[in-house]
Amino acid sequence: MDKKRVVITGLGVVSPNGMNVSEFTNAIKHGISGIQYIRELEELNFSCQIAGKPLYENDYLNNYFNTIQRKGLNASGLEYGVISGLDAWKDAGLSIVEKENSPLWEAGVIFGTGILGVDKFREAIYKVDEGKVRRLGSTSVLQTMASGISAFLGGMIGCGNITTTNSSACSTGTEAILMAYDHITSGKAEIILAGSTSDSGPYIWGGFDAMRILPHKYNNDPTIASRPMSATASGFVPGSGAGALVVESLNSAKKRGATIYAEILGGHTNSGGQRGGGSMTAPNNIAVQKCIRQAITNANIRPDEIDAINGHLTATTKDATEIRNWSQALELNGKEFPYINSLKSLVGHCLAASGSIESVATVLQLKENFIFGNINCEDLHPEIAALVDRERIPTKTINKTPSVIMKASFGFGDVNACVVFKKFSENKSTATKN
Amino acid sequence: MTKEELISKLRTIVAPYVQNQEAFENLSEETDFINDLEINSANLVDVILDVEDEFDIEIDNDAMEKMLTIKASIEIIQEKLAIK
Repeated sequence: MDKKRVVITGLGVVSPNGMNVSEFTNAIKHGISGIQYIRELEELNFSCQIAGKPLYENDYLNNYFNTIQRKGLNASGLEYGVISGLDAWKDAGLSIVEKENSPLWEAGVIFGTGILGVDKFREAIYKVDEGKVRRLGSTSVLQTMASGISAFLGGMIGCGNITTTNSSACSTGTEAILMAYDHITSGKAEIILAGSTSDSGPYIWGGFDAMRILPHKYNNDPTIASRPMSATASGFVPGSGAGALVVESLNSAKKRGATIYAEILGGHTNSGGQRGGGSMTAPNNIAVQKCIRQAITNANIRPDEIDAINGHLTATTKDATEIRNWSQALELNGKEFPYINSLKSLVGHCLAASGSIESVATVLQLKENFIFGNINCEDLHPEIAALVDRERIPTKTINKTPSVIMKASFGFGDVNACVVFKKFSENKSTATKN
Repeated sequence: MTKEELISKLRTIVAPYVQNQEAFENLSEETDFINDLEINSANLVDVILDVEDEFDIEIDNDAMEKMLTIKASIEIIQEKLAIK
């Protein structure tokens, strides 16, 4: 029997270059960067004093949080996650359950993060160390438990199915979408709000600055700092934000008459086991290639049906290795290689949120018929240029009608996640490549 | 501070936590935080912290356990203010 079909019916995003889906769409189409100089980082002696950080007025939160929820709120990742999650839910035409009614037993939340509410946790640590533990109040636990984000969203909406938070470093967001897909194909739920979020600020980014993997020569020129696939890439720019996707069974979407943005054909998650060249911070290339190939098998497509790839491509020396892995896994190169882009050129590396924000960008390309351009890679890395034709790595947005786009994320711990999205059509067989 | 002034200050403090607006509008000395105002029990500790900040007093655990109504709260606040 055919697997249950699963589609995407709602999107939400809080990104360094767009506070909602329409701002974000405009920004990625026009190559608008969200990277900026952050004075606080300079004051704290960071080498890298730039980052991608969503900006909004404090009052904006009143649209999403009630007075009690806002009291003592000091968890940026919780803010981004709730805004993007509720936006996606609304975008899907779904409603919030009244307090006195039963929860939606067929709807759940899988919303990942790496760590939640570090600023709130810092507050708590200071109070505890001063012997004032009783002054923490009730908000400390709720804003710093990792699952705070899924708990807030599930409670605000009234979800009665799985409500959990996954965590797999930089593959968290893509993994959340695949977990939602699996949960729905196995018949356990009809709708899952999937996504991921990442706090902003020095306590999140400091550890990466200490590892010397962030660029430090662009503090006066933030928008050209994030250079995926470039010969002059010198490290990833830290970012933050959240992305959210309503993942739903085709049956349920049709019954509701929902707008369908794209279909999820399948995907795969795996690990290199920190063997075969893999480590806590480096990927086992065999595992990456296996993940890509298994995703294609699960999606039941051929490599030549892939119109575009949204890579992980962080702007480190590992970009060339990633391209080689794609090329070997798909057995495609030169002009045959799909179009490829990296959102990180525009927003930096949003860490646990990267997979979901980048998946929102990927789905938008399918919905609105474009492939967004990569900024800052005019000087293509020679190893990449040897594998992929220049034309396949656009520096400006091109008007194309992609049918199939693959999205991959790779994370610390040698973990990989790869998902295949397709433009929705009633007939499941893929269209011939144009 | 008169009892009326204290009630007025308490009314402002509990307002954001109240889930039963009708009971809040009819707030009196006899009003119970949990049974009448339907304040979430986890938020009771936040009410106590707000009372501490407002009156610059410290409410110990024993006093806190008794602070379940407006009347009990007034008595405890007056007692703490007297020994300040």
